[in-house]
Amino acid sequence: MSFINYASREINLKIVYYGPGLCGKTTNLQYIYQRTAPEAKGKMISLATETERTLFFDFLPLSLGEIKGFKTRFHLYTVPGQVFYDASRKLILKGVDGVVFVADSQADRLDANVESLENLRDNLEEYGYQLEKLPYVIQYNKRDLPNVTPVEELSRLLNPGKVPEFSACAPKGEGVFDTLKAVAKLMLISLKKNEK
Amino acid sequence: MLGSQSSLVLFDEEFSNITSILEKLLVEANAKALFLVDKDGQLISSTGETDQMDTTSLASLTAGNIAATGGLAKLLGEKEFSVLFHEGEKDNLHLSLVASRVILVVIFDQRSSLGLVRLRVRKWNEELEKIFNSLEKKAKEKGAGNQSFFAEITDEDIDNLFR
Repeated sequence: MSFINYASREINLKIVYYGPGLCGKTTNLQYIYQRTAPEAKGKMISLATETERTLFFDFLPLSLGEIKGFKTRFHLYTVPGQVFYDASRKLILKGVDGVVFVADSQADRLDANVESLENLRDNLEEYGYQLEKLPYVIQYNKRDLPNVTPVEELSRLLNPGKVPEFSACAPKGEGVFDTLKAVAKLMLISLKKNEK
Repeated sequence: MLGSQSSLVLFDEEFSNITSILEKLLVEANAKALFLVDKDGQLISSTGETDQMDTTSLASLTAGNIAATGGLAKLLGEKEFSVLFHEGEKDNLHLSLVASRVILVVIFDQRSSLGLVRLRVRKWNEELEKIFNSLEKKAKEKGAGNQSFFAEITDEDIDNLFR
């Protein structure tokens, strides 16, 4: 979970982007990387196959500024979406502070979304986390494509708990920062609550 | 498996103790650089020739490496593999677990040797373990002391981050 360093006055938080294969997790990170000022970001690391499918994880460190004199740093990770990488996927969730579930809006990926969300719940439970208790937001990606499921239906299926949800088109950046801000905010609020 | 869901909290006193141990180990092991990384990928402290290194990435990849190796260990019925060694043409990496919670990374070149690094790491590992064990206790006891800081964060502070 979070790492609070009183000596260097830093708060470090870990965000994981989860979702089915090819839903756009890496694209989210790439867009954030492109649009962030150089001084606020570190190097983006992608452990991917030769065909640019995520093999282990993508990693992007961001530092957003200070809260009460503490530097807040966010470590963004994606998981490999393909079903057979489940063992690696589980490892990335370790120590997570906030989760973004990226859903693929295309109608033929509906089952893949449901399955991936189930898988997220199962993997979190193995660490003793409950998705509902974590800072958690959903992004409906690829809204620009034809044959997309209406947001209302996606919401009904994937978001019964009514967590913050965002429509997105990750390559163009629509909804990308809204999603990130929402989860970051929830994490800081949760940090505040937990310490009370 | 996670130990606990609690945050890792580091105070000034422990931080300086950790740093001084790392500095001693650096000299004794004749190493190039040392890192202490949380298993979740957060850099705790570093010393040595770290100027040219991307320390944040190094921390994250180290944690990924240890996590993957830990997964392999479990598949084989081991609790964990507590030491990893990567040999390069010039530089080598020695990774070891401290108190099952943090990772000690030693980067060394031809000025040292695997044997020397292993020996010195084993010696100082115990000291580091003591610190992290006491830190866990202290964080629990001091829990009350930290409250004020986080409770004082206002919604406005949070919004300001995203301007």
